[in-house]
Amino acid sequence: MTADHTTNGHDSAAADIPVLPAEGEERIGVYVCHCGSNIAATVDVEGVRDWAAEKLGPRGVVVARDYKFMCSSLGQELIEKDIAELGVNRVVVGACSPHLHEKTFRGACAKAGLNPYLCELASIREQVSWVHTDKEAATAKAKAVVSGAVERVRHDEPLEELRVPIDPHTLVVGGGIAGIQAALEMADAGFHVYLVERQPSIGGHMAQFDKTFPTLDCAACILTPKMVEAGSHPNITLLTWSEVTGVSGFVGNFTVNVRKKARYVDTDLCTGCGICEEKCPVKPLDEVFEAGLGYRKAIYSPFPQAVPRYPVIDRDNCTFYATGKCKACEKLCPTGAIRFDQEDEILTLSVGNIILATGYELFDARRVEQYGYGRLANVFTSLEFERLSNAAGPTNGRVTLRDGVTEPKAVGIIHCVGSRDRNFNNYCSGICCMQSLKFAHLVKEHTGATVYEFYIDIRTPGKAYDEFYQRVLEEGTVFVRGRVAEVTDALRLPEEAAEDGRLIIQVEDTLAGRQRRIPVDMVVLSAGIQPAADAKEVARLFGISCSSDGWIIERHPKLDPIATMTEGVFAAGCATGPKDIPASVSQGSAAASRVLGRIQVGEMALEPFRASVDEARCSGCRICNDLCPFNAIVFHEDRMVTEINAALCQGCGTCIAGCPAGAISGTGFSDDQVMAQIEGLLMANVRREPVKEGVPA
Amino acid sequence: MTAPTESMSTIVPFEPVIVGFTCNWCSYRAADLAGTARIKYPPNIRLIRLMCSGRLDPTFVLKAFAEGADAVLVSGCWPGECHYLEQNIKALRRFELLRRIVVGLGIEPGRLQLVWASAAEGQRLAREIERVVEEVRALGPLDWGGRAMATSALDAGAVDAAAPETAASPEPVEVTA
Repeated sequence: MTADHTTNGHDSAAADIPVLPAEGEERIGVYVCHCGSNIAATVDVEGVRDWAAEKLGPRGVVVARDYKFMCSSLGQELIEKDIAELGVNRVVVGACSPHLHEKTFRGACAKAGLNPYLCELASIREQVSWVHTDKEAATAKAKAVVSGAVERVRHDEPLEELRVPIDPHTLVVGGGIAGIQAALEMADAGFHVYLVERQPSIGGHMAQFDKTFPTLDCAACILTPKMVEAGSHPNITLLTWSEVTGVSGFVGNFTVNVRKKARYVDTDLCTGCGICEEKCPVKPLDEVFEAGLGYRKAIYSPFPQAVPRYPVIDRDNCTFYATGKCKACEKLCPTGAIRFDQEDEILTLSVGNIILATGYELFDARRVEQYGYGRLANVFTSLEFERLSNAAGPTNGRVTLRDGVTEPKAVGIIHCVGSRDRNFNNYCSGICCMQSLKFAHLVKEHTGATVYEFYIDIRTPGKAYDEFYQRVLEEGTVFVRGRVAEVTDALRLPEEAAEDGRLIIQVEDTLAGRQRRIPVDMVVLSAGIQPAADAKEVARLFGISCSSDGWIIERHPKLDPIATMTEGVFAAGCATGPKDIPASVSQGSAAASRVLGRIQVGEMALEPFRASVDEARCSGCRICNDLCPFNAIVFHEDRMVTEINAALCQGCGTCIAGCPAGAISGTGFSDDQVMAQIEGLLMANVRREPVKEGVPA
Repeated sequence: MTAPTESMSTIVPFEPVIVGFTCNWCSYRAADLAGTARIKYPPNIRLIRLMCSGRLDPTFVLKAFAEGADAVLVSGCWPGECHYLEQNIKALRRFELLRRIVVGLGIEPGRLQLVWASAAEGQRLAREIERVVEEVRALGPLDWGGRAMATSALDAGAVDAAAPETAASPEPVEVTA
């Protein structure tokens, strides 16, 4: 820090603001925003303005104004005019959070010819008016915050944005419908995409469904063409049975490591004829695609329309890997494509942007013990029902009980399993109401059984969704409003004697106002959806954050739902929260268009917040060398000094704080700036000030 | 400048002044979220945004105390959720050392607190601020700047010249504490 802070005088005259040292040439303009009544209702905006003009005059403030909406074009013009006419060369705007309008006001400064980095936002809305109620205290704090920004702005330096080139290749993680859509949009626009999928085939959850609500389109019929297109597109490199293991670099220039797991099949030779799968003698349970209802082989392709068509060998279940014998697939493969000695491959990709479409997983219905899933045979999850009703599923589309033969006469569908429940997930999973209505329709269509829907509220806000609800109502589905207490096979009442072997649903019917015990043959739990079990690890890998629920946090929940806090990493589909298919598709397209825009421009501007080393002051102690996780710090043995690679530096400032010699400095958040802001914040003290001055009228 | 006179501190009921250091990615956004959601907390805290809690130079904390803050709150992303991968862990390491120095200088440990808050935890941050304010209110005024001047161990010049070196590297710190 420089001398002018230390000479600020430590006399006891409580609220006297020290006089600006002689060398100061700063001409600071302070602009206080009313934000309609958002700020003005709790902060005396004119009072802050007058106080800044009077008390902060000695600190370089030459003009202080207030305006109804500073972010409006008229508000911005005030700033531009003062820069031009009054020679204002530093700007402080007391308004909202810098995360909202910093860009706006920097833009206004730039327009008037002032370096945009000579502008500071003092957050008197998010940090003052919206969180405090006492007007006097809020006004005092607003003054302190403005004063902090004024002190800080005096030490701001003109900076130039860093411009980084954008690698036109893009990585899409997750081959569900959102990821496929994103990949196709970019590929069709002429840019190359790597589509990484963990499973042997793309398609995601949608490939497991039979019908899609509310149109009852066959899911496979509408999804398969997109899968095939993605699989054969010249601009898409499909990396299935692969996982991202490492990400480094930054927007425009990421280096991504992908582990391509061994398929034990030479994909250059394999034609996807399926003979190996047919002849394989092992039939393990298919926990993934068939949701545990059906069997696959040890060498398998998860479903007939899988893309790519090459199978994989499930090493854990393969007889050859267990005993060294069998090799049926190898013997019978017409092209000799089986490779038992194949190993995992690590690919290194260079991409400019990343789209995460990592999807969701089903809430584990076992956790709601009173519903008996896993204990009572004829309690199914929603995903199991999808497979049951799917013509290509384990029962060829026959809706049956767990025995695979008996058709149910009565089916109970329970909504909100694991959702809207403080014991599990607080949020509404969004899709389950419509999914349950779809199930009711499919049960009717397949079996003619009586269907009960047990719901808390029916939520059908999408296009043609409520019409579908009306249709299901008219089909004779019985709707019982109330959260189910339990599903049991224990008969408790004399009249239930005839129901032996069935399931009883105990529920408080909140519309009838009484307890009911409803016998059914089959229960479908409309389980909610939740982030994948490893969502937090994925987030860590890509340097983004998750909410406490585990969903990826968007840059802004309403105005920027596609971007994440990390530049160059976008998220689409259920990775950010529950979504239905149309929303996932829209997000896939939206993410693609964001990336395409960047590729078109070819470069992007980054905040120029970077650390640098003053070699003359560097003692070569190397303390900082271990502090950088981005490998931006290099040590020159020959000169015994450290240097920071600005291209790799992310601007966190940890090395700056760690340098014992003070040899590292950082733009944007320099010691001088922070120290000055501390002084400014504490110059006007809420504790003492109201007594001395009162609140100006 | 910041030291209240005897008479004034007896007139005015004690309202602590707390400086909070937040990181750009998690805790500052948690504060934004608290605002957007209109979650109320006491006005005693004034926040400073850093890019990362790892940027927190220990001298910033000493500076805040010297300038009249009654307490300092340090806040960043939860361990494992740092925008810069692991820099908050380094902040945590420094925080523990710094707290020892601060205690050695006669400042109650409750005046230097660390709170993790993710960008989604506006509610949590607000409640933590409330808790810290109440704890500091119970501790009373610090007036460390005044005392530091009197003992001259940490007058303004000394802080500037000596603190960056002593506070940032562990070894000399041990000696001081």
